[in-house]
Amino acid sequence: MNANPFVLVAVALAALVAGLGLFTFNHAQGWSYLSHDPAACVNCHIMRPQFQAWQHSTHKNVATCQDCHMPHDFVGKWYTKARDGWNHSKAFTLGNFHEPIHITPADERIALNNCVACHRPLLTQTHLSVKEMQQPNAPTCTSCHGNVGHRDQGQ
Amino acid sequence: MTPHRSFNPLPWLFLIALFALIGLGLAWLLANIQQRRDEAAVQPTRFVEVSDTETDPAVWGKNWPSQYASFMKTKETGVRTPYAGNEPFDKLAANPLRKKFWAGYAFELEYNEDRGHYYSLIDQKEIKRVKERKQPGTCANCHSSDVPRLIKEIGWAKMNQTPYNDLAKNELHQGVSCGDCHDNKDMSLKITRPAFVNAMAKRGFDVKNATHQQMRTFVCAQCHVEYYFEKDSKELIFPWSESKNIEDGITIDQIAAYYRKDGHTDWNHAVTGGPLIKMQHPDYETYSTGIHAKNGVACADCHMPYKREGAQKVSDHWVRSPLQNLNSACQTCHKVPEADLRERVVTIQNRTRDMQASAEAALSDAIDSIKAAKDAGATPEQLKKAYDLHREAQLRWDFVDAESSMGFHSPQEATRALGHSADMARQAQLEATTLLTSLKK
Repeated sequence: MNANPFVLVAVALAALVAGLGLFTFNHAQGWSYLSHDPAACVNCHIMRPQFQAWQHSTHKNVATCQDCHMPHDFVGKWYTKARDGWNHSKAFTLGNFHEPIHITPADERIALNNCVACHRPLLTQTHLSVKEMQQPNAPTCTSCHGNVGHRDQGQ
Repeated sequence: MTPHRSFNPLPWLFLIALFALIGLGLAWLLANIQQRRDEAAVQPTRFVEVSDTETDPAVWGKNWPSQYASFMKTKETGVRTPYAGNEPFDKLAANPLRKKFWAGYAFELEYNEDRGHYYSLIDQKEIKRVKERKQPGTCANCHSSDVPRLIKEIGWAKMNQTPYNDLAKNELHQGVSCGDCHDNKDMSLKITRPAFVNAMAKRGFDVKNATHQQMRTFVCAQCHVEYYFEKDSKELIFPWSESKNIEDGITIDQIAAYYRKDGHTDWNHAVTGGPLIKMQHPDYETYSTGIHAKNGVACADCHMPYKREGAQKVSDHWVRSPLQNLNSACQTCHKVPEADLRERVVTIQNRTRDMQASAEAALSDAIDSIKAAKDAGATPEQLKKAYDLHREAQLRWDFVDAESSMGFHSPQEATRALGHSADMARQAQLEATTLLTSLKK
């Protein structure tokens, strides 16, 4: 096989780009996003108030960021991680997002389902309807207990 | 000669260009990530040493460019909110009854909506109240950042007693500036005005013990308050000593009680001859009884909300109406759409204004009735009760009128004050009318 100079250049460039990509991923602590560590969430500076508030919250000893904000099933979890990861990095890189940051309806549903996931015994004992929680304008867990995870103030 | 091989370089060139573009994008992303990280790690750099008496914000701005840039935005005009704004519109023309209520007092000359902090000294130097009436140097207390220096150089008492125009000509160069609220050594919040320290001491509170969150209100309350000048010494005083409990705030009844005890009078009404009090922007007092104060929200939380610049969090020194900035000012705590928030605020303001109009109608009638009784020969002694009622009614109306939020700072207190105002003004009218009837018999 003849060594075509174009092939060599293309392969070299591809290798360079792959290397640069790997370096960038590593530099941005990309590996940490595959973990369960709340510190990964504060890689992004804008999450700092939420992280700090969580450290003083009642839930600190029982739940990390992911326990509330990621679905508990394998596929759901990794799909959500990928989707949120893409959305967040796009938003923070381009800088065009709403401040103060708001949870999206989809992510809010996940969080509310996670309240139920851990507190199901309580809910069944008190005969609260889990279905009703999902109705528009219905009071949700966080309507009253919004401060248990993190007092969501930009302070 | 090697045989000619047909080779199409286009796909390869395309591939090379593609990788080059991806590489470019990656490098840019890498630089962006690093930039955000650097921003977050940036420690304040000192380029210049700021002296104890530096008044030029541009000098402070060399060390604190972001805060300086937003502070300089207070220079902008052209916004009118439903009841205020940053345009210097004529407030006497906006509500002609004001002129009637302040007959004989400097405020009937000219009264304009104030512009941003940048204009604090400029607006004052241009107003007829100061140009055409003799005012003491006390006025400078809140309009110029030269005041801390003057206090050091000639003393507070002397500064207050110097005629304002002399002071303005020679000593006042700069309006509100960084040093009015910040320490030049470490930028911590700092009280620089003696009147506030004295007034808080009379409430039993040593401002040295204030928390950082309290300071984010107190630095504003050095100026955005009701005040008067002591008759002879011209000392600047805030009438707060009847309001001992800091948590409960300062009510208009306590201020009125203070003035009744002290006997202070700002002027005698040109038409009725009755002794009256002019309220002066009691923003802090009104806020202090509101729901936001009860929840520990400071002035700065709504008027100077935190904003993000890159990865840095800075407080916005473009001090302005939260209506111009609902997003940062309100939505940090209230997760409600902006349109709904505006609706809530404006509804409160419209209701307050509605109630205020009732009080104004009553005050106007009271003045007419007292004048009629006076013209019919009633003596000041006979008119005493009507005078007292008019005075109490008008200072309650003015408490809401002079305050900058059209009731929003404390909706229930504002309407309570206005309800009492209307009632007292009607009582004054009744009193004067009864007197007039008895004189005619």
